[in-house]
Amino acid sequence: MVRETNRHFKFDWITIILFLLLVGFGYLNILSASHSGSNIDYLDFSQPYGKQLIFIFLTFGLIVVLLAVDAKFYERFSSIIYIVSMLSLVGLFIFGKNVNGATSWYAIGGMTIQPSEFAKMATALAVAKYISDLNTNVKNLADQIKTLIIIAIPAILVLLQNDTGSTIVYGAFFFVLYREGLPKYYLTIGIFIILVSILSLKFGAGITSIISTILIIGFYFIGKKKLHLFQSLFILIAAIGISFGIKFFYQSILKPHQQDRISLWLRLEKDPVKLEQMKKTFAYNLNESEKAISSGGITGRGFMEGTRTTGKFVPEQHTDYIFSTVGEEWGFLGSAFVVVLFVLLIIRILHLAEQQKTQFSRVYGYGVASIIFIHFLINIGMVMGLIPTIGIPLPMFSYGGSGLWAFTILLFIFIKLDSNKINEW
Amino acid sequence: MRQLLLYISVIFVGLLFIARLFYLQVYTSTEHNLFEDNAIRKVYDYPKRGFVYDRNGKLLVANQSSYDVMVIPREVEPLDTLEFCSLLKVDTTYFKKRLKKARVYSPRLPSVFLSHLSKEDYAVLQEKMRKFDGFYIQKRSLRNYETSIGANVLGDIGEVNNRDIKKDPYYRMGDLIGRQGVEASYEDILRGVKGIKFIQKDRFNRNIGPYKDGKFDTIPEQGKDITITIDAKLQEYGELLMQNKRGGVIAIEPSTGEILAMVAAPTYDPNILVGRGRSKNFTKLFNDSIAKPLFNRSLQGVYEPGSPFKLMNALIGLQEGVLTPNETVTCYAGYKYGNRFMKCHCYIGKRNNLISGIQESCNAYFATAYRKILDKNGSASEGIDAWSKHAKSFGLGNFLGYDLKVGQKGRIPDRDYYKRIYPKTFYSTYTISNAIGQGEVATTPIQLANMIAAIANRGHYYTPHIIKSIEGETLPDKFTTPKYTTIDKANFEPVIEGMHQVYKKGTAQWVQVKDIDICGKTGTVENFAIIDSLKTQLTDHSIFVAFAPKENPKIALAVFVENGYWGSRFAGKIASLMIEKHIKGKITRTDLEDWLLRHSLEDEYAKPYSGEPFQINGKTKLQVVDDKEYTRLKKQLVRISKATN
Repeated sequence: MVRETNRHFKFDWITIILFLLLVGFGYLNILSASHSGSNIDYLDFSQPYGKQLIFIFLTFGLIVVLLAVDAKFYERFSSIIYIVSMLSLVGLFIFGKNVNGATSWYAIGGMTIQPSEFAKMATALAVAKYISDLNTNVKNLADQIKTLIIIAIPAILVLLQNDTGSTIVYGAFFFVLYREGLPKYYLTIGIFIILVSILSLKFGAGITSIISTILIIGFYFIGKKKLHLFQSLFILIAAIGISFGIKFFYQSILKPHQQDRISLWLRLEKDPVKLEQMKKTFAYNLNESEKAISSGGITGRGFMEGTRTTGKFVPEQHTDYIFSTVGEEWGFLGSAFVVVLFVLLIIRILHLAEQQKTQFSRVYGYGVASIIFIHFLINIGMVMGLIPTIGIPLPMFSYGGSGLWAFTILLFIFIKLDSNKINEW
Repeated sequence: MRQLLLYISVIFVGLLFIARLFYLQVYTSTEHNLFEDNAIRKVYDYPKRGFVYDRNGKLLVANQSSYDVMVIPREVEPLDTLEFCSLLKVDTTYFKKRLKKARVYSPRLPSVFLSHLSKEDYAVLQEKMRKFDGFYIQKRSLRNYETSIGANVLGDIGEVNNRDIKKDPYYRMGDLIGRQGVEASYEDILRGVKGIKFIQKDRFNRNIGPYKDGKFDTIPEQGKDITITIDAKLQEYGELLMQNKRGGVIAIEPSTGEILAMVAAPTYDPNILVGRGRSKNFTKLFNDSIAKPLFNRSLQGVYEPGSPFKLMNALIGLQEGVLTPNETVTCYAGYKYGNRFMKCHCYIGKRNNLISGIQESCNAYFATAYRKILDKNGSASEGIDAWSKHAKSFGLGNFLGYDLKVGQKGRIPDRDYYKRIYPKTFYSTYTISNAIGQGEVATTPIQLANMIAAIANRGHYYTPHIIKSIEGETLPDKFTTPKYTTIDKANFEPVIEGMHQVYKKGTAQWVQVKDIDICGKTGTVENFAIIDSLKTQLTDHSIFVAFAPKENPKIALAVFVENGYWGSRFAGKIASLMIEKHIKGKITRTDLEDWLLRHSLEDEYAKPYSGEPFQINGKTKLQVVDDKEYTRLKKQLVRISKATN
């Protein structure tokens, strides 16, 4: 292969090209979503599209630095990077700037930096470092708990800063741990809890309990794989417990706006009058975003031609809702293209991760793929109404310096690690 | 296998997203339409509606500005309600009611708060308007009638309804459309084409700027002015003469087919259908099911033509060769067929040829003629079809094709028509009433006037029309190419001579006009109404048809006066006066004028609704109007006469 014969092209160019395509296409859509009027000064740095241009420009410098650093540096300094990152999160409680209810930014001069974006990368490094340690065994409960603590620290810190979306991203590490040998029943239990919770919220705790009882009794008597009576009883009690517990969680722990989002997602509200009201209040974004995407049709309205984008009908369109611009202006073809780009990028990273010769590189690669996947799943799912509203950016695509740089660092550390695998013998 | 979980998840999510995109963008997506895009505000720019002039260039219909007070409820700030109400001349109840209604409609969109302010109120209000947030004044264009006549000709404009919008997507809610008369017929020409501006909105409903720099915007195209064939003076005169009567007067210029006057009585002042009173007044006119002022009797009134139809039978008889001008028929004060008898005004033993038959309107003569036509080849079935074909060539029995929206076909029966009644045997005597224009024959005044125009032209006519010219356009061919009847030119002369004699010494000798050779024919038509489910005879309709002068005719007309009794009693007088007015421009027969203004038929019209038995025809006493009404009419007459001289 090329990169084995030529030292200058040892980096995985497929990943780099996919990355550049996403950043470039993202910029075009930010331009469309944030410009006002017909005379566009591309270098107007007071506008999001102008700023994003600087961010992209600086990204190239960052990439050069990331690729120039010795690959071993990342593994060796992962603990320090993790600690510094956690401190920066803690520092937010003192120096943080509150934007839209979340205390997630440091304001330095005219710029703001969001350390939680970088914390994902730091955590991925730390998890990779810990798991790749020869003494660590994921099948071991004590090690599982230690790994969980590494992940939980940033997750809880961002939750305390009211950035629920970023907390959920740390769920991505489940994929990493599972790959590295986490017992299967965690997956089973996870899916079980999610299914029972959704059923219970949608159809009520009573009905869900009855259905699960019937299923478990049925499975107990006619199932191929005989379950122990105690196991069956335990599952039954758990199912009923979750059914009623989720109601309590939903009503007492979740905040009203989170309840609204879940209610909207599961279509719990049937009254058309209230539905209309919802469309004007908390469902406004989603409704406008779906309308914008729908109006794109097959081929879209054309670049800078979308009336809903130009009219700024979708709030936050250049950040979290950037995909609705793609939907309106580039249509089904353009939107499907973006989805395919993301799928290809994630699969490419996974593919490379599997080829890694060190466990550190492989775990880190898995972390990168999982983090991008969760962002992709939640962001696009949310914009199209498949997932409750959770505010996280679309990687490489959404407006924002911190996000762009954090994902660049996340990805290019892996590209550097990957390029170095020849030397790993 | 553990490696596959994330692979599978990624591919599954990718496919799920593409499926969702397909659902949103392909499956449920509709064709993009600028007009339905609620991110784009559509602002219409209304063109000036074309003016309407009469044949002499007198302006009949123009435009006027009207001012509506609009309200956007959300933007209304607390205000001095009392002051505001007194400025608008409304009470506080109205204020509260309208504001509530507007809020129910939409708090964000403008609603009409008070429509059609007068210019004076507007002037006062305009200065103070800035004090009332959420209210503003919108200018609208309304019709301004420069005359009080011709409501049935000019028509009116009203707001479009859902049906209009469905039929023609050009119209939007609140647009105006021609409703009757020339406003409806020439809607496309008069209205012009409205301009439209597309403006990009943002989510707060604010304007951002022109959509795509106004690439799709259009500028309005002004409505074109039209000139109609009506002579406003003649029309006004006709309307005056028809006051306190019901019926229609229609005058056509034979050489062109132009409609000189089209009177439908009773009528109304077109100005009452403009502005704030429109809805109330229209309802009132619409609900008057007795006098039916919205019913255009000249076009829509279907009557048995009576004696004027004898002219038709004379022409057909000559054409079919069953009559010669000098051949005589002896009248026995009537005509006996089988064991039945048709009465006539002639004395017993009077011998009539074609000319005196027309002159005296002899029923026996025309019954004989009709039977000869039908029995020509020994088969009345064939005969009536030939007879029907000739009559239809004069435009009877079908729509004439004139350029006004309302009309009736009338009826000229043929054998097929009678199949229902006489399926097997059919003899000429079965339909003998057709000989004298009664029975199954039915015409509208305009059809009859057109028939007279064809006689005046000796064999052809032009499709009657109301349009004289359109700014920058030529008239359609159908109004400028003659239509030929099936009667030879030579056969018209004896009939015309007969019509001339009607005036000289016949049934219309008392309504002669000096120096004008008028050819005419009276008609007295029996008619019936169903009163309390009993067929009851009413006083005869007074009908008159005429053209003048005999050579190079300038006017042909038909006059119908409902329940006016005999032909020359009302209709004949009106016809003579209209002819004199048109040809001489002034009136010498002021005695006829005076008589017509003096007499009213309102009592006659009230009879069937009185609920009591009543007398008809000769046993009635003619109503004389009171002095107040007479003075009013007289004043109008003086004004009209002055304007003419």
